[in-house]
Amino acid sequence: MKFNTIRTLAMTLAVSALSVTAVSADILDTIKERGKLIVGVKADYKPYGYLDTSGAIIGIEPDLATDVANRLGVDVEFVPVVSSNRMQFLEQGKIDLMIATMTDKPDRRKVVKIIDPNYYSSGTNVLSLKSLGLASWDDLKGKPVCGIQGAFYNKATSQTYGAEIVAFKGTAEAYSALKAGNCAAFVYDDSAIVAKTNDPEWADYEMPLPTIDDAPWGLAVPLGEDAFADLMSEMITEWHKSGRILELETKWGVANTPFAKAMNEKFQ
Amino acid sequence: MEFIFEWFRVLYDETGINLPFLYDSYDRNRMVNGFLTTIWLSVVCLFFSIIIGVIGAWLQGSAFTWTRRIVNGYIQVFRNTPPLVQLYFFYFAIGTILPKVENDWGGQSPILGSFAWAAISLSFFAGAFNVEIFRSGIEAVPKSTVEAAEALGFSKIQIYKDITLPLAFRVVLPALNNNLVNLVKTTTLAYAIAVPEMLYEANQIWSDNVNVTEMMLFMLLAYFFLVGILVGGMNRWERAMKIPGYG
Repeated sequence: MKFNTIRTLAMTLAVSALSVTAVSADILDTIKERGKLIVGVKADYKPYGYLDTSGAIIGIEPDLATDVANRLGVDVEFVPVVSSNRMQFLEQGKIDLMIATMTDKPDRRKVVKIIDPNYYSSGTNVLSLKSLGLASWDDLKGKPVCGIQGAFYNKATSQTYGAEIVAFKGTAEAYSALKAGNCAAFVYDDSAIVAKTNDPEWADYEMPLPTIDDAPWGLAVPLGEDAFADLMSEMITEWHKSGRILELETKWGVANTPFAKAMNEKFQ
Repeated sequence: MEFIFEWFRVLYDETGINLPFLYDSYDRNRMVNGFLTTIWLSVVCLFFSIIIGVIGAWLQGSAFTWTRRIVNGYIQVFRNTPPLVQLYFFYFAIGTILPKVENDWGGQSPILGSFAWAAISLSFFAGAFNVEIFRSGIEAVPKSTVEAAEALGFSKIQIYKDITLPLAFRVVLPALNNNLVNLVKTTTLAYAIAVPEMLYEANQIWSDNVNVTEMMLFMLLAYFFLVGILVGGMNRWERAMKIPGYG
């Protein structure tokens, strides 16, 4: 019953998206006519998309969006999106392109056109004191590990690796419990942890383990925009090939991720 | 036993009523541990809050002004602030400034963990109410009774221990009962500082299985029965302590 409702809903959305694009002209023409590419990016996910002191949106993803605009020879405009509205903005035509830390999932592919290859990826890792010298996930066995209540990897961390999860409501509590020494490590998104390790306040901490549960991120265009999709696919391949992603990671203070390195090698 | 657990898995497959803490051994262990933690935390807090109440009420009758002032100050602080704020204060503020000890994994951790802080904080919180509850009982003991005991040569501590307190206890039981019931329910707040009690474990289970409705219903019933047992026990005690012709 529930599943059916969701499927019907997804179908309706897909069909309505198709019918909209069928009437409108090619989105590339619209962008060029307008002279402006409108991109949905995150504004609260440092360093992938966040606000600087003047209120402008900056970060890795805005830089990638600027690359696309330069390629098309138009200006770029950023629209801040959040996880719960990013796909809707794209469907409604509020944005032409969405680069917003979105995990690539099959059910999302039914609603928006996610471009292959994936441009980025993130997974689960831990933040812990350098002095602990953690080397493998099995080192967490029997140790208290801070987490966020409701995160899907809590169960895996305790069931597979034997860690005792100490889950808090928000990241602020978890970070301060880690700092106070209530837990040996904090299990969280690796992309957020990387940003934390660059913070001088957290200089004694590191991200020591290999990332697990790695899930690729996908940037998306509206369904049916095949010409734009082909162009984006070409651009992503070029970003990987030229090392643009690695370069941006370095620029924004993120250690080069295994995914970005692997993709760079793959396209050589 | 396995047969019964399997039946709940079938129930889920057939009807969609998902009770993983019955058929999944991992979730079952979590739930049992959560249940035991809740009971243990409740017992510890009940015990210490009553001790604090009895001693506090005794000190309130002290001849020294400063003793009375300190006890009153304690009551005001703990009665006028929310228990959740107290928990956060103890765990995140006091906990971090206390000396640290070497732990099993080679790091430094605070001397007291989340369970200890929850027990301390909730005992003091309920204890503040208990002091006032016991005071009401002590004041209900007729002055003439105390005077009679003094005339018989009882010392001050003997009067409190053997005359005032036993009589006061009978008067305060209904009010004490109320406060202790509240205390058992307040142990759910320990969830905020990651004490693995029942609500915390239930939250972990419903995040993994997305069966919020079932877990909420189960929580309601579990606490209903847990508090029911406490109330039943207190009522029995009340009846057993009854003195014919008094209160």
